[in-house]
Amino acid sequence: MTEPLVRPRRKNPLARTRLPTLPPQWRSRTSHELTRAAAEGRFALQCCVACGHFTYPARDACPVCLSDELVFKDAPRGGTVLSETTLHIPADVYFRERAPWRIGLVKLDAGPTMVAHLHGDSKEGDTVRMSLQIDKAGQPVAFAQPQTETPHMSDDKQWREMTADPKFRRVLVTNGRTVIGQEVVRAMKEAGASIIFVGIADAWKPFPGEMALRAMDGVTIVPLNTADEKSTFDLAADIGAKVDILVNTSEHIRGGGLLDRHGTSTSVDEIERSYMAFLHLAQAFGPVMRMRGADGVNSAVAWVNILSVYAFANWPQFGQYSAVQAACLSLSQCLRAELRPGGVRVMNVFTGPLDTEWFQTVPPPKLAPRVLATGLVRGLKNGLEDVFVGDVAEEVHQRFAANPKALERELGQ
Amino acid sequence: MPGSLRRPYDRIVVAAPVTIPYARYSIKSAHWWIGRALKALTEAAGITVRDIDGFCVSSFTLGMDTGIGLTQHFGLCVRWLDHIPLGGASAIAALRRAARAVEAHDADIIACVAGDTNHTDSFRRTLENFSRFSSDAVYPHGAGGANGSFALIARNYMRTYGVKREDLGRIAVAQRANALRNPHALMKTPLTLEQYMAARPIADPIHLFDCVMPCAGAEAFLVMREETAKALGITGAKLLGTIERHNAFGNDPMQVRGGWAMDIDDLYGMAGVKPDDMDFVQTYDDYPVISMMQFEDLGFCKKGEGADFVRGHDLTIDGDFPHNTSGGQLSAGQAGAAGAYIGVTEALRQVLGTAGPTQVKNAKIGLASGFGMINYDRGLSSGAAILAGAAS
Repeated sequence: MTEPLVRPRRKNPLARTRLPTLPPQWRSRTSHELTRAAAEGRFALQCCVACGHFTYPARDACPVCLSDELVFKDAPRGGTVLSETTLHIPADVYFRERAPWRIGLVKLDAGPTMVAHLHGDSKEGDTVRMSLQIDKAGQPVAFAQPQTETPHMSDDKQWREMTADPKFRRVLVTNGRTVIGQEVVRAMKEAGASIIFVGIADAWKPFPGEMALRAMDGVTIVPLNTADEKSTFDLAADIGAKVDILVNTSEHIRGGGLLDRHGTSTSVDEIERSYMAFLHLAQAFGPVMRMRGADGVNSAVAWVNILSVYAFANWPQFGQYSAVQAACLSLSQCLRAELRPGGVRVMNVFTGPLDTEWFQTVPPPKLAPRVLATGLVRGLKNGLEDVFVGDVAEEVHQRFAANPKALERELGQ
Repeated sequence: MPGSLRRPYDRIVVAAPVTIPYARYSIKSAHWWIGRALKALTEAAGITVRDIDGFCVSSFTLGMDTGIGLTQHFGLCVRWLDHIPLGGASAIAALRRAARAVEAHDADIIACVAGDTNHTDSFRRTLENFSRFSSDAVYPHGAGGANGSFALIARNYMRTYGVKREDLGRIAVAQRANALRNPHALMKTPLTLEQYMAARPIADPIHLFDCVMPCAGAEAFLVMREETAKALGITGAKLLGTIERHNAFGNDPMQVRGGWAMDIDDLYGMAGVKPDDMDFVQTYDDYPVISMMQFEDLGFCKKGEGADFVRGHDLTIDGDFPHNTSGGQLSAGQAGAAGAYIGVTEALRQVLGTAGPTQVKNAKIGLASGFGMINYDRGLSSGAAILAGAAS
């Protein structure tokens, strides 16, 4: 039985903030294929093309036939816990601070055995469902949990280290004027966020959905114009130390490529409202979030960006928009590296065209903002790093992995 | 007992067992400890460093140096050089390689040395950089170091064969009694079974007295032909038989046996003796459970009878099954790679009759074993040697 989480009390302002420590970080280059799978929530293991055996840990030759054609592919998630132990005095600081900590050796249905973090409801002899998770160091680890749902399962202490569950956490949604922002607020509320700060620029200007937003319990409207450096820093000075999850919902979507636009004012706007907004937010909120990565049940845990999947390959119909999104994707990788010492993860949610006014002329399928928000929260609950929501995003993701050149050509036709 | 197809060792002796008394922590380098061991070897054999023409070293804390760097460091001019990174199996491997080398006259006097220092952060650093599989798949799960991994093995073994903590405690308690007679042992106070049972848990079912204490120290011996020993006027122990095995039983989902089980017929066949002939046994005791596994795999009892075996025997120096007579790593300390050697040097002293306070009466023949390298989920290397005194 998982002990349900208790809503944390207000923090004693005199208490020292526990500084983040990280689990061991080094991985072999080959093992980073597991990082890729974990980032997307897949359970992939090396499989030998020549003889079909799954292997683990990651190798550079098959231990059955010595072939070097080892490809990572999705593997059955089932397994059985052969043995478990509770680490009371681990050698590593991160685990010592969190002891007792349970691990097990799992015999995978796929064949190999895997040392894994054990969910509190999984015991020696149990069948388990395996996953690869991104840990606080941003690196892949194995996690074993019950095959079927158990009460308060996601409150498990060890599981919560692997995820960014909004439950009892305080969220900043940076732009509440848009339908996306409002859907994210709704989804966070449903996920049990304790406070949701919602940024509104120029509060005197009414916007659709305003009444409903203001009426929601637990929502605090805060003044925020992310394109403005001072506005962003002012808000960070006020609530920065209370933001556990920041969802960057800044958006500025305009159609058009390069040659059919005259002048640069639209482009400057795009850059200011997306790239510069992201930059302001990162510089204002990033440092304090990084400090608070191990600050109890409501520690700082995640930074979320909503990005266009066309950040990977330019879609000339929205060519400059795609370019700014690519810049934001690049910046997110920088932020991810810089937040890592704090154990704070950066999750990018990639979408295709959304079912909003700025994609009016684009034919379906288009992604409903509610589906986007649901996917975003699911990603946080599962501790993902790269989330592709909707059919278009998923398809572009696969096409990019298969042949980025083909994707570029076809998007340009 | 089936024979062995291997060529017996042709009058190969192992001499001059050396132990540089351990220290819990040392500000000296591994080089210093190894240097002290070399010096002690020359004194014990009445030779100079110039007489050593073969050198084999094992250490975890030499930094960027390997055997070759040490030749210049210590003024050794050798024609045979080895560096064995096999952890707890290093001594047996060194012994085997050196024996064949002197037998073939590739060298005449080989110094086999293991030594490590222990700074306050040495152990953690060794853990962090132990192996690729460990860094990829074990250390990030909090099981850095042997405790977590051996806890998984121990728990499975105990459940499978009905072994209780008390049974493992008997091994630890007997070793402590032995250690109290060894002036160099780091552990100086008696240990009762009650204290063993009441110890704090480290990683279930591993508790405090199941764990070795990392320390600094060095151990060494010389390998040569009998004629060389005679010319030097020293007595060596005869090497009767050895085995070595790596990555045995890879298809066992969990380790319940080591490579010894694959090779014991060869070991006893080569030596022409039976397990019952042993006057003492020095197992590799990183954990009592691993010693119990060796009682089974080395043929002193059947698989699964380890618990009964320890219940039915007295494992102290004066008992009916003298085991780890120096106190072993559990009570004397684990000086890094020297932990592989502690059983071999003690076995040499026993059969040479020079063990002093830990001497087993009339010890003529004995066995020392090694076990090492938990690369991922199990110890990969195993080895054993049978040594006999001059009179046998």
